[in-house]
Amino acid sequence: MGQLAAFIILSVVTLVSAVVVVASQNIVRSALSLIPTLLGIAGVYILLQAEYVAGIQVLIYAGAITVLILFVIMLTEHGTGARFRQVNEQVLPGTIAVAVLAALLMAVFFGTAWPRAAGTLPQYTATSIGTTFLTSAILVFIVTSFVLLVALMGAIVIARRER
Amino acid sequence: MTLGLTHFLVLSTLLFCLGLFAMLTRRNAVAILMGVELMLNAANINLVAFNKYVAPGALNGQVFALVVITLAACEAGVGLALVMSAYRNLETVHVDEINVMKW
Repeated sequence: MGQLAAFIILSVVTLVSAVVVVASQNIVRSALSLIPTLLGIAGVYILLQAEYVAGIQVLIYAGAITVLILFVIMLTEHGTGARFRQVNEQVLPGTIAVAVLAALLMAVFFGTAWPRAAGTLPQYTATSIGTTFLTSAILVFIVTSFVLLVALMGAIVIARRER
Repeated sequence: MTLGLTHFLVLSTLLFCLGLFAMLTRRNAVAILMGVELMLNAANINLVAFNKYVAPGALNGQVFALVVITLAACEAGVGLALVMSAYRNLETVHVDEINVMKW
């Protein structure tokens, strides 16, 4: 019961601030409202016994990506962007498409009986995640590190001023 | 009524649809990237929730969620570098005005 209450509070925080992200005319407010959204999702991870993922979510998403987005807004938009029109002409078709997709997904989710495999999650997951990364998921780990390196170099090359 | 898998699936559906709406309707490229971040987070919630409620024997869902977070950081870095480059060359970040390749 306490878990359900915590989930409802976290969902309300997440969804309300996500609506502000999507709908705010002021682009800086939108980017700042991304922070409570991502922190709420970190809380949802903790409810799901994924403490390590929650910590990484706070560090990378709420810490790094939001700051990066704010920097780019400040470098490109000359302030808040409130002078510009922020939405295009597709608001009505977009709303219809998104509502149809949400209804379809909900119908599938409520209509499916999910199986449940045996076993329980470990008490503290960080150790097991490290073991998985270095044994059965070692290829994923190596390829991800290469992608990180390539993305780093690519971002530098693209953003550098040509002369 | 106890907390179950369906609660998390509903939350992630709503988040995904909000992100998709931002992608479809926003003009600012940075706002579109924020929509993409919301959609990736919705996918991550699904991965971690299925890990707990469907296959709790292994931690593959959480490992996948961590990989997705890493790749989202890469995507944000490269995407924002592209936005900076487009702004420097075209003086705009509105995606409906970036049309120099359109005949």
